[in-house]
This record gives sequence, structure tokens and C-alpha cells, in this order.
Amino acid sequence: MLTAEVKPASTGTKRTLKVKRYKPSEDPKNTYLTDEKGLWAWMTTVDHKKIGLMYLGSVTFFFLVGGILALLLRTELLTPAKTFIEADTYNQFFTLHGAIMVFFVLIPSIPAALGNFVLPMQLGAKDVAFPRLNLASFYIYVIGAIFTFIALANNGLDTGWTFYTPYSTQSSSSVIWVTIGVFILGFSSILTGTNFIATIHKLRAPGITWGKLPLNLWALYATSIIQVLATPVLAITVLLLTMERALGIGIFDPALGGDPVLFQHFFWFYSHPAVYIMAVPAFGIISEVITTFSKKHIFGYWAIALSSLAIAFIGFLVWGHHMFTSGQSAVATTVFSFLTFLVGIPTGIKVLNWVATLYKGSIEMKTPMIYVFSFLFIFSIGGFTGIMLGTLSADIHLHDTYYVVAHFHYVMMGGTLISFLAGLHYWWPKMTGKMYNEFQAKVGAALIFIGFNTTFLPQFIMGSQGMPRRYYNYIDQFTIFHQTSTIGSYILGVGFLLIAYYLAKSLISGEKAGSNPWGSRGLEWQTTSPPDFHNFDHTPVVINGPYDYHRPMEEFQLGLANEDKDH
Amino acid sequence: MANHSTSHPTHVHHHFVDSDQQFDTAKLGMWVFLVNEILFFGGLFCAYIIYRAWYPELFQMAALELNTFWGAVNTVVLIGSSLTVAMAIRSAQKDQMKGLKINLLITIGLALVFMVIKGFEYAHKFELGIFPGEYYTYEGIDHPQAAIFFSIYYMLTGVHAVHVLIGIGLIYWIYLRAKKGEFSSEYYTPVEITGLYWHLVDLIWIFLFPLLYLIE
Amino acid sequence: MGSLFDFMLPELKSPLTGASTDAVMAFIHIVSFIILAGVTIALIYFAIKYKRKSEDDETPLITHDNKLEITWSVIPLLLVFIVFGWGYKGWLNLQTPPDNAYEIHVSAYKWGWTFSYENGAQIGNEVHVPAGRPVKLVMQSQDVLHSFFVPDYRIKQDVLPNRYTTVWFQAEEEGESQVFCTEYCGTSHSDMLATVVAHTQEDFEAWLDEQNTGGGGTPVERGESLVSIQGCVTCHSVDGSQKIGPSFQGLFGREETMTDGTTLTADENYIRESILNPSAKIVEGYQNQMVSYEGRLSDDDISDIIEYIKTLED
Repeated sequence: MLTAEVKPASTGTKRTLKVKRYKPSEDPKNTYLTDEKGLWAWMTTVDHKKIGLMYLGSVTFFFLVGGILALLLRTELLTPAKTFIEADTYNQFFTLHGAIMVFFVLIPSIPAALGNFVLPMQLGAKDVAFPRLNLASFYIYVIGAIFTFIALANNGLDTGWTFYTPYSTQSSSSVIWVTIGVFILGFSSILTGTNFIATIHKLRAPGITWGKLPLNLWALYATSIIQVLATPVLAITVLLLTMERALGIGIFDPALGGDPVLFQHFFWFYSHPAVYIMAVPAFGIISEVITTFSKKHIFGYWAIALSSLAIAFIGFLVWGHHMFTSGQSAVATTVFSFLTFLVGIPTGIKVLNWVATLYKGSIEMKTPMIYVFSFLFIFSIGGFTGIMLGTLSADIHLHDTYYVVAHFHYVMMGGTLISFLAGLHYWWPKMTGKMYNEFQAKVGAALIFIGFNTTFLPQFIMGSQGMPRRYYNYIDQFTIFHQTSTIGSYILGVGFLLIAYYLAKSLISGEKAGSNPWGSRGLEWQTTSPPDFHNFDHTPVVINGPYDYHRPMEEFQLGLANEDKDH
Repeated sequence: MANHSTSHPTHVHHHFVDSDQQFDTAKLGMWVFLVNEILFFGGLFCAYIIYRAWYPELFQMAALELNTFWGAVNTVVLIGSSLTVAMAIRSAQKDQMKGLKINLLITIGLALVFMVIKGFEYAHKFELGIFPGEYYTYEGIDHPQAAIFFSIYYMLTGVHAVHVLIGIGLIYWIYLRAKKGEFSSEYYTPVEITGLYWHLVDLIWIFLFPLLYLIE
Repeated sequence: MGSLFDFMLPELKSPLTGASTDAVMAFIHIVSFIILAGVTIALIYFAIKYKRKSEDDETPLITHDNKLEITWSVIPLLLVFIVFGWGYKGWLNLQTPPDNAYEIHVSAYKWGWTFSYENGAQIGNEVHVPAGRPVKLVMQSQDVLHSFFVPDYRIKQDVLPNRYTTVWFQAEEEGESQVFCTEYCGTSHSDMLATVVAHTQEDFEAWLDEQNTGGGGTPVERGESLVSIQGCVTCHSVDGSQKIGPSFQGLFGREETMTDGTTLTADENYIRESILNPSAKIVEGYQNQMVSYEGRLSDDDISDIIEYIKTLED
């Protein structure tokens, strides 16, 4: 019988618990996948793991839709004039590409798909704080999507995903269906954030103090705060836009006495923090993967943890950097530029801390780690070009050009999406109990890296040379850049198809994964793959931090000795 | 699913260690949700502040069209309902199920009074042609932007009224569960968190009332 | 130091507004490149040097290093302060047109630009300016948001419907520069192009004199000039080719079917109504997208345009 000195999270006072070692089985008989079977069981499940997988499936579907739209756009842009679609169709396509990717893919992807699965397990909990609310959040997401797709079936949407007025108050496209869809969707984000905050505060296993929380959870915590504080402002913005169109309220439309720049302030007050909802969870995954595949303690734990909170906070104060040419006041412009530089610093610190983690590590370049390296390169470019765009005189030249398009694809796709792929490949064995083909996965990662840079690097150049964004036709001097970019997008498409192929194949014929194929010290790896319905068959007791690679694996598999076997 | 031991009371969900943890977690969850609600209304208040800063005379003139007396009555009504919902929670804490049910019903009653008074206010405005947005036809305020004050008024009070209606629904549901004997001093979490929601609805009105009705 | 990234920018034709921009952009690109190179080299070097040898590898416990972390927080902080100040200064200059700037009024609409001069001259989609002196544009939109962007000058300013916005530049030499609309405004956003034509002072004054209101030539010649400079040809071809609006070729006297099913013959009154109140009658197969020219074309202008259209036979 072992004992452990533990400071249980709920009471804060140290006490001694009787623990024993619970080594996870390598051949689990009952898992969360076998305990509940059938379509109805899945549709009514309150199990966070199944809900996470349902989000994963939905996010994948919407990514496919948004991705096809992207390929259609890029194909049209092969020639300076019309290639195969009309201007109105093109405008609808870029609008929907943006709206789908932002609202239905990137915002939910890491928190709702991967986060839902992993968060309770990393806390040693049986589920999130409010499992039924979790299921409701998923259905709210689905209903929001349905409204948006109804819009597609009607007059579509051609306003750009940013809905600027007065174009959006006057457009004959189905704006209201989409604004209602987005309004509903927002609640999915808010409720998920609420759930995560409550879970992280209240459902930690004995021994998990704030200082022993995995950095992935610090990231999800910061993200949840942003979701709760920012999304309601989006909700009120789209509600006001809906009322403006339906009742002619006159708050944003100058023809009715309103102010179009006011709309931009309202819109970006949410939409800038929204990009941190996308980026901060990505940072969380990087910390997990880089430590596992270096077998080394993270460098600068508190710097990384607190920088996520700093980014969340400062991120609320910089929205006006989207509006430097809008006609907003000089004072506002100056303050927003200054604060924008500040928000870049915590992010830069993270990148340097991650690189330092590799120093004297034991590095294994498996697929998740390849995606981490891709992230570090690509996201850094995104970050530097963000500094460029925060620079006032430079932004006057670069605003609304392809330089901006390239910047945000570098951070959102090169950042969030690539980190999502890292997390997906990292936790795939845990979620499914299967391994994918490592060689094919590496080829996929290479295709994504090459395809991505081929698509978006030329866009920096042509943007800086003056190529505006949201352009159906363009002048001939930009043809070579557009054509290169389009070829890159096809390479990306092939890469994603390959990923989908070998992941699907692994479900059918993949090697059995075992509880901890990567040798991680993380708590989610100290149980079976796939996990038990309740995640653990015991209450875990944590005595080390999640990155204490100098401690032996047995110390990470402790649990309460005197428990009801029935739990 | 595995068998459950009998050491957990039935109201405690299996992912919680004990009743206290579940109660604390539920309260934290509701507080976080309320913060989100404050940001939601915050956006509307922001629109109000901006348009008031741009058209101060309009706001002074238009506020005179609002009935301060009935607005004040509604304020007292809502504050009273907050009191009764707090008393409902107290009753639950003291195992006084009859008191719980009566206080919940009084809360609903007061909320309905609020809605009725609101209904009369809106009806009176509609008679005058004071509709939101482009349907505004009232000639009684000499200002080209008169419609915008009332658009903001309708958005603020309308969104608030929707929250009142949702609150009535929630409190009634809690009442039905109380009737079925689901609550006791050991478990009254849903009563507590519904009460928290109701207090926020009241608090929003306490801000709305002076901002709209009491502009000098 | 700047030449490494020169390929990224068009030739600077308004150094007074753009030199600071180019310099700070070059600085940021270079510093970013250096840091990126450092990070990339470190990544590759570490991946090779510290490659895992066995599953039982032990790694040193290095949790943090305060000195290092402070250094790599403070240095970037100083760098961004420098860049902020530099960008701010350049921007302040962009916001401050010189007092003696030559003013031109700009009106943006879906989908073209009208430039108006102090002598009443109006011209569409071309803004002629004197080189070697500051030019200030005072801009307003007739409908939705647009944005006036001249890459050669590094200037950009959104054009709003409810207030005036301004932008200034100084073209140093004769020549032409591309103008783009750079705030999405609907179907033909990407066709809403214009040109800045910079002349010497004498040439500019000569050009301005020629543009007096009324203009010389026959009605047909004036009409032909008007449909070009007023931007009609952005949406209506004169040679029968398919554009957003019906072609002018063969229009006069043609039997047209409207979206409500009625038919009519395109005569003088129909053309006049279509110019002043375009949404009254929409030809079948087309959208109700045209903005009204009420107030921008005089009755004489409209007559000239009609005369010109009459000459465009199939």
C-alpha cells in the first residue's frame, strides 16, 4: 500500500491519501465505444468523448464544404478574367468560405472536438461539469448550421463573412437566415466555454493544483473566458443587424440615420477575440505534443500558462486594428496600434519557450511532432506579418490586400488547423485505440506544408504589390502569383484527402494502439485506449506535474485505494 | 453501465464526488453564464450610450413620451419579485416546501404583472404610431432622428422582456418540480441557480429604468 | 538594407507619402526574416542533434531560466516600440495633407468613380493631377462603403456615405498609376478601377481647360465621351458583348421584355427613365443593380447620350 501527500484541489489543505498503482490494460474489453451502441445512443449520449467525436465529424464535414469552396475560388482565379463562374457566384463563394471556416470549423474545432474529448481526462474527471448542457451545445451548433444552409438554398450570402453595412443591410441575399444561424451558433460556443470553466475549477482530481494543470487546459481555460465574454457581443451585433434589415432600425445604415463604422466596432469587438478563440487552444496542443516527443519538461511553464491569459485579456483591446482606414478617430487608431504590438509579445515568448524545450531533449519526429515543427515555422510567419499589419503606415498600404489574406491564413490555417492536425494525430490512438500508417501520415504532413506555403507565400508578395482582396477579376501583372497559389491549393487538397484516407483506414485495419504509444506522462495516457466509459476505473491521484519526465511512469498511474469498486 | 452504489443520493450525478461539489459547480456555471448575459446587454447599452452622446436633445425629448410612473411601478414589481425568489430559496434551505411553492408562485405573479404593464405601455405607443425602425409614424417629437430613440428603447426593453418570459418559464418549471417533491434542504440547486438568473433580469431593469425613463 | 525586399513593392511614385512606409516595411521584413531563420535553424539543429536514441533516454530537468526569458521578452518589446513609433510617424504624415494641396472631389458609387474639379469639370474613372505638388482628395460615397487605394503612392482611405474622408499624395513625375476600390461593394467590386494621370503643371492646366462643362463636338461625340467617362461602359458594352447590363448596341428601337413580363420599345423616354430611375423597369435576365444618375447628368448630357446610342446599330 502506498501513500501520497496531496493537496486536493477542492479544499486546498494538504492531506495524506492511501493510493495504489492502477496500470491500464493494453487490451480493454469494455470501452466507451462498446458500452453504448447504435445511432440513438450516440444522438442522446451525454458522454463527453462521444460528443467530442460528433463535433469532430461535423467539423470535418464543414471543412470539406469550406475547402471545396476554396478550391472553386482558386480555380476561378487561374485567369485574370472570368474562368468558369460569374462575379456574383464568386462573391457568394468567398463569403460562404469565410463564414463556414470561421464559425463552423475553426471556432469549434479544437475546443469542442478535441477539447471535449481530452479535457476531463486530463483532469482525471469522469465528464465535464454539465454533460447534458454539453449535448445541448452540440445540437445548438447543428441548428445554427441548418439556418445557414437554408440561406444557401435561398439567395445565398454575398456580403463577405464580415457583413459590413450598408452593403449587408441592402443586399438582396439571405442575410437574415445567416445572422440568425450565427446568433444560435454563438450559444454553442458560450455554453461550451461555461462548461469548461466550471469543469476546470471544480472537477480536478486530487493533487491537480493550478501549477500542475497541463498547459492544454490553461489554454482551454483562457479560451473559454474569451468565448464567454466576446460571443455575446457578436450575438447582439447580429441581432441588431437582423432588426436593421427586418424593421429598418437605423443604427448602422446611414440612409436611415445610422453609422456604418459603428457596425465595424461592434463586429470586431467580438471577431478579434474570436481569432484568439482559434489560436489559444492551438498553443495548448503544441505544449502537449512538444513535451511528449522531446520526453522533456516544458521550458517556462508559468510563462506559457500566464501568457495565454495575457493574450486573452489584451486581445479584447485591439479590435480597431481592423479599422485603420475606416475613418475611425486618430486617437483610437493610435491606441489600437500600440496595444496590437503588446499582444504579439506573449505569443513570441511562447514560440521561444517551445524551441527551448527541444534543447537537450530526446526528440522523436513522429507525425504529431512534424505538425508541431510546421506550426512553429508557419505561425511565426503569421505572427511577424501581424506585427507588420499592426504598424500604422504599413497597414494603410496593406489593408484589404492579399497581404492580409495571407497573414490570416498563416495564423488560422497554419496555426490553428495545423495544430489541430497535430492534436488529431496525437490523440487519435487514445480516441480510437488504433494507429494510423506512420509513413502515409508523414507524406500527408509534407503535402500540407508544401501545399500551404505554395498557396499563401505568393499572396504576401502580390498583396504588397497592390493586389486587393475579394477580387473576382484582377489585372494581368498578378497572374503568375494567382496561378502558383492555385496550384498550391490543389496540393493542399490532395494532402487532406490522403489524411482522411489513412485515418479512415486505421479504423478498419489499424494496429492496436495500447494505452500510451507515445510514452507521455499526461494523465489521459494513464488509462486504456480507447478509454473506459468513465475514463478511469478509479479516481486518479496526481503527485507530479504533467511534464515531469524525470519521474518514473508508475508515479503517474496512482489512484485512490479505498474506493467503491462499482465506480 | 456499471452498477451504482447506494452511497450517492439520487440527485447527485455520477461524475460528481458529492452533493457539495455539484452545488458549487452549478453555481459557478450559472455565474459564468450571467457574466455572458451582462456582456450581451452591454452591447445594447453601448449602442444607447453612443446614440445618446450624438443626440442628447433627442433623448431628453423622447424620454418624456415614456410613462415614468408605470416604469417606476414595474421597477418596484421586479425588485419585489427578486425578494420573493430569494425567499423561495430560503424556504428550500429550511425544508419549508409550502413556503417554497408559494414564493415561486408569487414571483411568477409579479413577473406577469410586469409583462402586463409592459404590454399596456407598448400598446399605448403603437396607438400613437411609435413603432420601431422604418414603421415609425409618430409626429409628436420634433427631431429627424426620433425613430432611433424608440428603436433603441424597443431593442432594450424587448430583449429584456424576452428574458423575463424565459424566467417565468423557468420558475414555473421549478415550481412543478417542487410540487413533485424533488427539493429539500439537501438539494435545491435548481432553485438557487434559477434565482440567480432572475436576479440578473431584475438588475438589468434597474439599469434600464433610469437610462430610458429618467433622462433629464 | 531595403533592397532585399524591394521586389515586394511597386515603384514608389509618391515619396512624400510612401517613403516612411517602405522603410518601416523593409525593416520589419528583414528583422522578421532574421528571427525566423534563427528559429528554423534551431528547430532543425535540435531535431538532428537531440534525436532520440532509445525509449529509455533521460533528459535534463530544465524548467525555466528567468534571465533568458526576460531577455527575450524585453528585446522584442523594445523592437515593437521602435516599429510602433516609426509607423505612427509615417501615418501621421499620411493623415496631414499640406495646406497648399490641390483639392479634387471624389464620388464613389457602385461601380465607378467620379472626379470633380473646382471649375465644374467632371470626369469618370480617371483623375488627372498636377505632378510635383500635393493633391488632396475629398471623398464621399453615393451608396455603400468603398475604398480608394493607389499602391504606387502607398495610400488608402475608405469612402463613406455619411461623411467626407480625405487622402493626399504627391505624384513626383508624369505618368499613370492604378487605382483600386478596396472595400468589397458587390458584384463589380473588382471592376471598379480608375487611373491617376499625372501631368506637368502646364499640361494639367491645359487639360483642365479642355474639360469645361458642356464640352465641344457634336452631340454624338459628346455622348460617346460621356458614356466612357461617366462609367456607363463598366456595365454596358457598346459592341454587343455580354456585361452586367444590356448592351447599348442595337438598343435604340429594340423590343425589350421586362422582368414583370411587359414588353416595350426602347425609345428616348425609356432610355432617359433608365438613367434617372433605373429600378423602374428591369430588362428580363438582368438584376436591379444600377444606381441613379439623377443630379450627375444634366438633361443635355442625357440627350447627347441618347444620340450616341442611336448610332450603335447591330
